[in-house]
Amino acid sequence: MSASEEVWVLGINMTKFGKYPDLDAVDLAANAVIAALADGGVTMKDIGVVAAGNLLGNGAASGQNVLKQVGQTGVPIYNVSNACATGATAIRTVVMAIRAGEVDMGLAVGVEKLSGVGLLGPGGQGNKDAGWEPKGRYGAVGGIDGRLGTQAMPGVFAQVGMEYLHTYGQTDVSVFARISEKNHSHSTLNPLAAYNKAMTYDQIINDVMISYPNTRPMCSANCDGAAAAVLVSGSKLKTMSLEQRRRAVKISASVLTSDPYQEACQVLPDVNTLTRNAAKIAYEQSGVGPADLDLVELHDCFATAELVHYDNLGLCAPGEAVSFFESGAPWRDGKTPVNVSGGLQSKGHPISATGIANVWEICHHLRGEAGPRQIEGAKVGLAHVIGLGSACGVHVLEKSSV
Amino acid sequence: MTNNSTATQIPFVGYLELNDGEPHLVAHECRSCGARFFDRRNLCANCSGAEFKSVAVATHGTLRSFSIVAFAGPGVEVPFVAALVDCDGTTVRGNLINCDPTPDAVHLGMAVRLATYSLGADSNGVEAINYGFEPDLGKETR
Repeated sequence: MSASEEVWVLGINMTKFGKYPDLDAVDLAANAVIAALADGGVTMKDIGVVAAGNLLGNGAASGQNVLKQVGQTGVPIYNVSNACATGATAIRTVVMAIRAGEVDMGLAVGVEKLSGVGLLGPGGQGNKDAGWEPKGRYGAVGGIDGRLGTQAMPGVFAQVGMEYLHTYGQTDVSVFARISEKNHSHSTLNPLAAYNKAMTYDQIINDVMISYPNTRPMCSANCDGAAAAVLVSGSKLKTMSLEQRRRAVKISASVLTSDPYQEACQVLPDVNTLTRNAAKIAYEQSGVGPADLDLVELHDCFATAELVHYDNLGLCAPGEAVSFFESGAPWRDGKTPVNVSGGLQSKGHPISATGIANVWEICHHLRGEAGPRQIEGAKVGLAHVIGLGSACGVHVLEKSSV
Repeated sequence: MTNNSTATQIPFVGYLELNDGEPHLVAHECRSCGARFFDRRNLCANCSGAEFKSVAVATHGTLRSFSIVAFAGPGVEVPFVAALVDCDGTTVRGNLINCDPTPDAVHLGMAVRLATYSLGADSNGVEAINYGFEPDLGKETR
């Protein structure tokens, strides 16, 4: 990092992702916070700042309400909102506070209750009986979803993947289902994933079609879950126990970008340029290159999204994402394992938790604590999330040398 | 459609022009950098320029991306083909119409052209006209 103060992950936790009919979002967040504090060997009294994310709770799981469950210490709380990049934004906020020298320890938490909410996106086409009347910035006389293309996520991200194929003159869509096959296979080793079932290519393509080429298992799984991280300054960490220093994970890069103008971005959100920009900054900050990465957790909100991010994160040469996948590289025994957690398609995607949970996954491997799914000898990893609108968070994480 | 139907038509969106020659789309183009927008912008998103002019968007293009949407929100009829069309350098979003919503019928890079269709009349007899893109059978697909 360019600033003098290093920032480390001291403690981190994710709940199992899945269905929690008896726990609300505040309970889930509190569980993750309590476990993250315990993981770091500290308490709420040590925390100088909190950043909290929860998109669908309408404020019910604000940082304030979470602290009412775990310790109302009066510290500043930043409730952050950045679509699917909300969790990474919470981490980024705490990193900035520590690097600014205002605090030496902070807490990031993200939580979502999503199981059973169904398709996220707009609906309704207006009521012509009430009279066609122009409304909104486009002067539309009715709902535009389904009449001017799609605004729903499965179709938006389907177009992202199809555009990549078109750009590079490819036509075979089978790669997308095979990416999904990989992630569902990876999830069988992750006891915290919402789904742990391997699926064959045929099972995937013959499942319910949502938005061609994305079938249901190729879409991120709506589920409940929370994740929390305790971050600490490098100078504070030096005063802590050997065990804490050994398990701490260095945040070698912490980057948040938004989408710069591109010609087509008004009709299809551009998830590429801001990811490429974030990756470039992250590699510069950390001095780590794509070839150094032992594992990557990237934002596979749909199978069609994972493909483009191989390229955007520089895991392959420009235009080579399909052959990168076909080489076997992103499988857990490949050159650059991608989404060994099962990814959003199988581990699940409780939106605001996602950008902390993928950092947890990387830390789990760098600490050598990932059990049967451990990537042996992992020393450096990258976590990436995208929120439409758009925001991109990239964190590069490195194992402690202690 | 009645004889005076043109007087009681309304475009589905403000940027669809029905009364100035053949139906076409109209964009706000930044006078400084040429970036085009279908909605109003306070300043240009690309260069922060403050002046815009209205320009007609090409009515022929190629299919840059698509998805065949089989599952959608309440009230949205499925399946439909959501399309991104490159209209001579301006990318436009719309449905692919007059084409089977199947992977066999839709191809990346296929030639398409703007077409309009009626969404029906409201209780005042005003008919909403929307645009989509249809296969341009006069052109070879590439």
